[in-house]
Amino acid sequence: MKTTKHLQWIIGIGVVALLALFPILPIPIPGILPGNTNTPGSLDLLILCLLNVGLAITYRLLLGVTGLLSFGHALYFGAGGYIFGIMLMELEMPFWWAVLLNLGFGVILAGITGAIALRVNGIPFAMVTLAFGQAGLVLVRKNSEITGGGEGLNITKPLQEIGLAFPIRDIKYPFWIVLTIIVVIFLILTLVEHSRAGHVASAIRENELRINVLGIKPYFAKWIMFVVAGTLASTVGMAYIFANRAILPHAVSAELTIAALLMVVLGGLGSKWGAVIGAFIYTILNNRLIALSSSDFVTGLPDFLRIPLKEPLFILGVLFILVVLFMPGGIHGAYTRAVAKLGLRKQAKNEEKLAA
Amino acid sequence: MDTIILLTITGVGLGSIYFLVASGLSLIYGLMHVLNFAHGVFLSFGGYIGYEVARIIGIETWTGFVTACIAGALAGGAFALLTELLLIRRLYNRHIEQVLITVGLALAAVALFGGIWGHDSIPLFGPEWLRGTTGMLGVDVPNKNFIMILGAALVLIGLQLFLHKTRYGMIIRAGVENRSMVTALGIDVRKSFALVFTIGGIVAGFGGVMASYYFNYISPSLGQSLLIFAFIVTVIGGLGSIGGAAVASVLVAILQQFANYYVFGTGDVVVVVLLAVVLLVKPTGLLGKKA
Repeated sequence: MKTTKHLQWIIGIGVVALLALFPILPIPIPGILPGNTNTPGSLDLLILCLLNVGLAITYRLLLGVTGLLSFGHALYFGAGGYIFGIMLMELEMPFWWAVLLNLGFGVILAGITGAIALRVNGIPFAMVTLAFGQAGLVLVRKNSEITGGGEGLNITKPLQEIGLAFPIRDIKYPFWIVLTIIVVIFLILTLVEHSRAGHVASAIRENELRINVLGIKPYFAKWIMFVVAGTLASTVGMAYIFANRAILPHAVSAELTIAALLMVVLGGLGSKWGAVIGAFIYTILNNRLIALSSSDFVTGLPDFLRIPLKEPLFILGVLFILVVLFMPGGIHGAYTRAVAKLGLRKQAKNEEKLAA
Repeated sequence: MDTIILLTITGVGLGSIYFLVASGLSLIYGLMHVLNFAHGVFLSFGGYIGYEVARIIGIETWTGFVTACIAGALAGGAFALLTELLLIRRLYNRHIEQVLITVGLALAAVALFGGIWGHDSIPLFGPEWLRGTTGMLGVDVPNKNFIMILGAALVLIGLQLFLHKTRYGMIIRAGVENRSMVTALGIDVRKSFALVFTIGGIVAGFGGVMASYYFNYISPSLGQSLLIFAFIVTVIGGLGSIGGAAVASVLVAILQQFANYYVFGTGDVVVVVLLAVVLLVKPTGLLGKKA
């Protein structure tokens, strides 16, 4: 087990290093990326992948570690993006002040809403977080003079003016910055998971009653996890509007939380690496399915095949149902089962040898 | 004064729609502890089938409307029954997985409806009288409110009679109260799960037709957007309580109408604030017994 842990980290560092080289190396990945890795189209898709990784690993802290099913996670992501954009565009704040204030706001927002939502458990918690997220969406939609309403909020100012100097047209820099932010978030989450509160949180997931009996208050540990996940999600939201220079109301919607849920369940709740892989697969699949839906192949099919195939969400929804039904633990679960099987086989072979 | 009367009556009308979604949701949650994210899909499906049927008979006729209601209810019930038998049943007592399954189903079904009937909403206008108003207590009340209230009242009475007067109803009520005790008495509660799901689906499908005539359109996401309010209503009313759902539906809808009119269209936000207040003061909801 220890060696697989180390192996995961070595592979992880390797992948990050490779990703960091993508913008300068023209590597073709046919079928997955629209062009060579250094083309703007591919980098855009990779940035989206990375941002979704951020969303998924912060969401996993809630669902996978603490066992909290939240349907309002997008609220913190969207709030991070929108408020950051408003601070830069409307209030004309200096860049770093906006970053700091936004982090503080993320803590406050997640702190207050979490404190209320955590008064209930399980399914009612899911409903309450959904309601909070919905309130956020309504606020964004209604106050269109600040948020841009359905059109979304755009950062039209050149970045030099807000205190960051690099060529805007060059997508390399946003890519590297987003990569750095996501790696930092990943490391923070690892630390939090292995902290005292993190251990209490995973114990709560396993058996909350027992934690109570042991004299530990589960509420506080859950609240800490909720605030960490919310604040980091709002950081990902900031990275989102920074990289895309625009944000839409979809960023606050329950659909985005459900997308995060899809990624995490697809990859497996059991590990952060699973969430990372799930986010990559989800993003690329979604992108490819949209391409598929408008392809000549699909438009030529008879109605009963064409209608479902031209709806990416239909295919993703069905895939999700199949994973929940037949692949418990997602990709990570399937991987650990395969490893365990191999291990058993090795053990059996060794025993045979000993017997002979 | 006129405005207050009007807002109250339209609030009760809107609350009736919420109740049609929330009652099934609350019943399913109360007995099975399943948060049914696909409940809005039953509603949209009922709405679409009702629309197709009404189109054949005549959308603007009363027979068309009544047949649409029946067809929508049957369609919603059938969809719900299939969902329970094929998906939910496989995951008994694994509540998170059950929620995940219904989330996936909702996603897939909304996309599929969009593929079949188009992603944009279809405008829909019922019988002449429904679009008119009636003078009452000095205000002109849109007639559709009366039909909504009548429909919801019939469902409420029907559900209460079923739950209190029939054997199955009693098993369901006992199951909501204490499932393990009912099982200990030798009654297989799980047999009534499909029944509860079907009832919820019938009510939601009926609600779908009602809602499409109320809002004068039908769209793939109509059900899911109502579902969010239904969640709020069930939490405020107390999960598993039909009476609580009825009271909370009307309360939420009236509050929403008043806030929208008097406090710059903040209805939706006020509802969430109400939810937060109820949770802080009484986490089990207004008429709920246990969390």
